[in-house]
Amino acid sequence: MIEDLAFIGQIAVKSSIAVLLATLGEIVAERSGILNLGVEGMMLTGALCAAAAGIATGNPILAVAAGTLAGGLLALVHGFFAVTLRVNQVLSGLALTLLGMGVTSFLGRPLIGIAPGVRLRAVPIPGLADIPVIGDIFFRQSPLAYLAYVLVPLCWYWIFHTGTGLKIRAVGEDAAAVDAAGIDVFRIRYLCTFAGGLGAGLAGAYLSLSYTPGWKESMTGGQGWVAIAMVIFATWNPLRAVVGAFLFGGLTALQFYFQAVGVELVPAYVLKMLPYLLTIAVMILVNVGPGRRFGGPAALGVPFSREG
Amino acid sequence: MIWRIEKRTAALARPHAWLFPVSLAFAVAAGACIFSALGVSPLAAYGTMARGAFGSFYHFSEVVVRAIPLMLTGLAVAVAATMLLWNIGCEGQLVWGGIFAAGTGLYLIPHLPPFLAIPAVIAAGAAGGLLWGLIPGLLRAYLAVNEILSSLLLNYIAIIFMEHLYFGPWRNPEGFGFPGTAQIGEAARIPHWFGTRIHLGLVLALVMAALVFAALRYTRWGYQVRAIGLNPQAARYAGFRIRGQIVFIMGLSGALAGLAGMAEVSGIHFRLQQGLAVGYGYDGIIVAWLARLNPLAVPLVALLLGALIVGGEQLQSVLHLPASISMVLEAVLLFGLLLSESLARYRLVRRAAGEETSAAGKGLP
Repeated sequence: MIEDLAFIGQIAVKSSIAVLLATLGEIVAERSGILNLGVEGMMLTGALCAAAAGIATGNPILAVAAGTLAGGLLALVHGFFAVTLRVNQVLSGLALTLLGMGVTSFLGRPLIGIAPGVRLRAVPIPGLADIPVIGDIFFRQSPLAYLAYVLVPLCWYWIFHTGTGLKIRAVGEDAAAVDAAGIDVFRIRYLCTFAGGLGAGLAGAYLSLSYTPGWKESMTGGQGWVAIAMVIFATWNPLRAVVGAFLFGGLTALQFYFQAVGVELVPAYVLKMLPYLLTIAVMILVNVGPGRRFGGPAALGVPFSREG
Repeated sequence: MIWRIEKRTAALARPHAWLFPVSLAFAVAAGACIFSALGVSPLAAYGTMARGAFGSFYHFSEVVVRAIPLMLTGLAVAVAATMLLWNIGCEGQLVWGGIFAAGTGLYLIPHLPPFLAIPAVIAAGAAGGLLWGLIPGLLRAYLAVNEILSSLLLNYIAIIFMEHLYFGPWRNPEGFGFPGTAQIGEAARIPHWFGTRIHLGLVLALVMAALVFAALRYTRWGYQVRAIGLNPQAARYAGFRIRGQIVFIMGLSGALAGLAGMAEVSGIHFRLQQGLAVGYGYDGIIVAWLARLNPLAVPLVALLLGALIVGGEQLQSVLHLPASISMVLEAVLLFGLLLSESLARYRLVRRAAGEETSAAGKGLP
């Protein structure tokens, strides 16, 4: 029983890392008022570039960097349209997702079925990994998972306890007031959009280097969209993002568990639906739950221009 | 000297007339860059695409075949967007339209004559999409759940369920393991014309475009929808029942997408199988916005996108470039539209650093 719990927990964490990283990135972008629905496209691009760099160089650090940076660069396209051209951010984000899906399907064709150049296997952390159950669940994971553990509090501290974080939140609430205070709204929004892309790119790199090494067309399977929904569930707070991502990972893990055990308590196709159903359910929950909650940055999706 | 983007002081004379050409030119130019980067002459590539799409009557008929589901999903997105609702779930609604159509044809009415069976299959397809579209509508209206995310996530659920059906309980017992249902009977297939694959769905799509246009433009209901889309706050004070309209519009939008799925099953595949969810639901978003949400423009834009898809397939068979190049070009087309809309509203101004911008920008009466 305990072993089963450790097994499910380990896969749950493993399955939640990509959503967690992408959620963190999108939180930063949305806190500055930029809604980027291109997460799925940026994740796919990150996954492809990481896989390609891995095959080309065999160097894990270069592979992770390539994937992460690819996500960030793609986000800058959205940044240009959303910040500089002030277009409808929903449409621009959707276009970015379509672009990412198309480009990766197009360029990824030769990589399908090629053995991955880099596999980031689980690395047990000495000492911590030997704690019963907890060690198995949290400390026998990919190095990128440990990076995610570190990024969560860092992100939270950055947004809520630094001067830059204050500026980011202020831009997301009332860009005109921040502009009047002499702070460069455009620079902050570009920076946050880029950071959001880095998160999505890193999430993609995790998928193609660690979770299921190698490139597979549309291998993200909607996790980018799940991440955007989890931003709402997390009420734009990096610490709460952990909960949403872990719930998603937990339901994904149940599939593996039932497969491994060979019991069919719930039909397999229902299990496959559960992570998506859960994501819809948590969006309902966050609205009907008790108490007044933070409803998101006031200027989310609203372009800023000095002429008003 | 620095560059700035400023709001235009005078509106352009006829922005709509050149928005579309600008987006098209942008996409063509970007495509040319991609082809050059791949070592293919852009002229040869575009020539191949054009021949593939317009080279003969048969080729063009295939463009129309692709355009039929795009017209319906484009209408579905457009009608929702008129009321500021984003239906990104057309893919799932299309799938449910296909499931209902196939189920009706296979199991409910296998022995009806065509004049009864065809209307039944069409109604079933619309009903399937409608029910799936109601979910994000109800969630949005009564629980304030963002319809972009809920409708999109429902796509994945619909596709998993469809796969379950044709891999599992609905699998063709004589299919030699081929994943798909049995074929629906002749009576449940919508008619084809001109010796091509063009089918009744074309008439259905065109009639729907005219109906949606007329309903939005000339009825009290359409007036309310447009008013809510222009100013939800004012519409609420005017006493419009906004929640009811949200549910109704998402149901209608879903039904239109469901018709697209029905047409694909009853007019093309004759069964539920892998090729049903190929992204027509997402393409509908591009169709709707390129058509500037005008239902009458939707069929024309759908033809353009259909040509792009068929042309992309031609690139694959002739020049061995992956057909997904058409998806890249579609995305670039959408970015081109956004760029041209921005150009219509703003202009690029060059001036010396430090010079005050507001006086020059707003000075003209």
